[in-house]
Amino acid sequence: MAEPRPVLEMTGIVKEFPGVRALSGVDFRLFPGEIHALMGENGAGKSTLIKVLTGVHPLDGGTITLDGKAVRIGSPLQAQHAGISTVYQEVNLCPNLSVAENIFIGREPTRAGRIQWKQIRKQAAEMVDRLGLDIDVTAPLSSYPLAVQQLVAIVRSVGHGDSDGEGSGTKVLVLDEPTSSLDRDEVLELFRLMRRLRDEGVAILFVSHFLDQIYEICDRMTVLRNGTLVGEHMVADLDQVGLIELMIGKALDQLEELHEHQLRSDVGETLVKAEGLGRTGGIAPFDLEIKKGEVLGLAGLLGSGRTELARLLFGADQPDSGKVTIVGKQVPMSAPNDAIGAGVAFCSENRKTEGLVPDLTVRENIILALQASRGWTRPIPASQRDELVAKYIKALDIRPANPEARVGQLSGGNQQKVLLARWLITQPKLLILDEPTRGIDVGAKAEIQKLVVSLSEDGMSVLYIAAELEEVLRLSHTIGVLRDRKLVAQLTNGPEITTSRILETIASGEHQ
Amino acid sequence: MSTPSATTPARWRALTHHHLFWPVAVLVALLLVNVPFTPDFFAIRMADGHLYGSLVSIVLFGSPLILVAVGMTLVIATGGIDLSVGAVVAITGALTCSYISDQADQNALAGVFLAMGIGLVAAVVCGLWNGFLVARMGIQPIIATLIIMVAGRGVAQLITDGQIITINSEPYKLIGGGYWLTLPFSIFVVAAVVAVTVALTRRTALGLLVESVGGNAEASRLVGIRSMRIKIMVYMFCALCAGIAGLMISSNTSAADGNNAGLWIELDAILAVVIGGTSLLGGRFSIGGTVIGALVIQTLTTTIYTIGVPTQTNLVFKAAVVIVVCLLQSPKFRAKVFGAKGRARVTAPAEPATPADAAPKMEVSR
Repeated sequence: MAEPRPVLEMTGIVKEFPGVRALSGVDFRLFPGEIHALMGENGAGKSTLIKVLTGVHPLDGGTITLDGKAVRIGSPLQAQHAGISTVYQEVNLCPNLSVAENIFIGREPTRAGRIQWKQIRKQAAEMVDRLGLDIDVTAPLSSYPLAVQQLVAIVRSVGHGDSDGEGSGTKVLVLDEPTSSLDRDEVLELFRLMRRLRDEGVAILFVSHFLDQIYEICDRMTVLRNGTLVGEHMVADLDQVGLIELMIGKALDQLEELHEHQLRSDVGETLVKAEGLGRTGGIAPFDLEIKKGEVLGLAGLLGSGRTELARLLFGADQPDSGKVTIVGKQVPMSAPNDAIGAGVAFCSENRKTEGLVPDLTVRENIILALQASRGWTRPIPASQRDELVAKYIKALDIRPANPEARVGQLSGGNQQKVLLARWLITQPKLLILDEPTRGIDVGAKAEIQKLVVSLSEDGMSVLYIAAELEEVLRLSHTIGVLRDRKLVAQLTNGPEITTSRILETIASGEHQ
Repeated sequence: MSTPSATTPARWRALTHHHLFWPVAVLVALLLVNVPFTPDFFAIRMADGHLYGSLVSIVLFGSPLILVAVGMTLVIATGGIDLSVGAVVAITGALTCSYISDQADQNALAGVFLAMGIGLVAAVVCGLWNGFLVARMGIQPIIATLIIMVAGRGVAQLITDGQIITINSEPYKLIGGGYWLTLPFSIFVVAAVVAVTVALTRRTALGLLVESVGGNAEASRLVGIRSMRIKIMVYMFCALCAGIAGLMISSNTSAADGNNAGLWIELDAILAVVIGGTSLLGGRFSIGGTVIGALVIQTLTTTIYTIGVPTQTNLVFKAAVVIVVCLLQSPKFRAKVFGAKGRARVTAPAEPATPADAAPKMEVSR
């Protein structure tokens, strides 16, 4: 096959942040009509490369060529005008407006200064229809699930070129982690749309941490490591093991080790006991026991009540029935303070909104929980603080290892580690991890899972929530299965428990 | 990005990136503007054992604003705002003066201290009310504090029976109009309050917790910070600062004017905080920046008088300068006007020279 000319070529891209060289001389190219995966660990420079391409960050060196012409992309708007559209993990639309309004925000067709509402609805319906989607464009966006909202965001981005009169159309579509909160059917729907756009000649840049998805949908991939280019391969030529080795720069033994790792077999006495704990609209009343040193995994589909259960155990939401006993003492659970005081820690699935304080430094974020429990009058002595922070930065391999760095500038995996450090420093009895491995790469994923195993060995109990069943199965002593906001079964892990067994339980909704 | 030969520019950049650089630069520029109009602007002379000079006056007249702005900084850092400080200034002044004026001997120290105590307690109660509405009832800070902003002046008028109360108390006069160790006494009050505030926020964990609450309220709740307590405390502290400013203003004029004492000082204070580099969105705050911001505003007022701007154009002139100051503070504006582009172009060709295959780790300078 003769190689056509790439639609996009980035050469020698350099990007620096204070104290960090995020990209050093990266080359990247994208051909029309292909789906191209950008792979790499957290902090490898994927997000930075995308942000340089889409005009969010100005580049410090290198050139970008679009359709053979050198371009300067100074802002997201310029990127859009040049034909580069982006859909981010978090949908940046207005949920209170209708689908049609969302598609046309900022470029409404007007006549004599008045917005042509009819035309907006008609055109929006046509655009949705052309892409084979079944969406009522007059309904408010919020009436659709997140997955559909994401599709609308894509419609909005690719529809842009047609309507702005320049006739350029979208040449490059960037999808940054679009699948991280979608279920299987929704992913398939997204893939259908992606294939359709690809066949229309759009070049799609796809970022996902799900390797299976990469192998399902992508044609070609570029691998980054530590801000440099490691290689560009056809997907068909590189198997998953090879890819992971390229990404983390070392052989897979380390990951394999985990599979053979024996779970601690003797869990201790009961640590946390929930009886009839429930909250209307959150999760139906449930009974649950977590033993000392036990890893309790929660399995269930998105929205099945996993997070809601965890939040009740932490007092993040107030229960309206039932009680919680921790080491024999009843805890009121009217606020997170109650749970924290009893030795419970909670890493939320929403790192940005419920976890980090982005303006503060790594050090300040790490000591926050410990400081909060000491109260404002008893600051942690500086020497002790610095020692603790340095210890956890080293133990969790947080990069950059600079306690003064602003946490907002770290990559997703490192932010997750900062959150973990924040809670580990308080030496909790029960650590609740809600999707700790979401949106982070293989290497960091393995590290976090290993950490869970060793914490459990040291006698800490862990409540572990993950979308990937393999993860739950690998780590947990007991697996709680949720369905439709109900805890339907608790399975003791053993050789006879497999992912398909868990799936059956989810599907049937009863203990078999 | 810095090559070994570029240490001077690097140092210069480190300096211009310091968070106090632009506020200080603006302050210095404003001070210099005065020199052509009053050549002895920077001169400080001694008369009657007191130091006199424009610089001393700026600090003296700026004292109440500095106090109010310092309290406001903490409120703004939690993501709030306090519009009631002007009214609190008036209430404190009114209560204190009316108590002193009722005394048989207005110079009795005990009476003066008691009067000040009453005024300050009233101020703190106002702060408690604000904090209660904001933190406990969840009312938008701008609305919650609007209540005392509007009603407070009415209360002050009630206390003074709608009159301007004048007093004649030597000890009370000291706070806002007296001298100590050749300097205006209010400068010492301001220095003490600023020192206490810095110690309170940076020597304890209060500053960190305030910044955390302002930076991400939900995350702070989930980490176990008692943000309600912290917010109430901060509003009370802000009102206390306003109360001290109220004492100072009424002491300086030996009178309590429920209508005009501290009028619009809340707006100047908010401006001072913003000029000082604290974001209205909350989070990181800088007490030092606020002090400089307040000095900028007071210098501006002084400048308006020294260069003889006609009274009726006072406010327009002030507004124009404020706009310039705010624009200078905006990194976006500076990049547009002073051209960050030029610099980027110079460094760009040098970069690809880095051997790509050397695979540098994410390197951390410093």
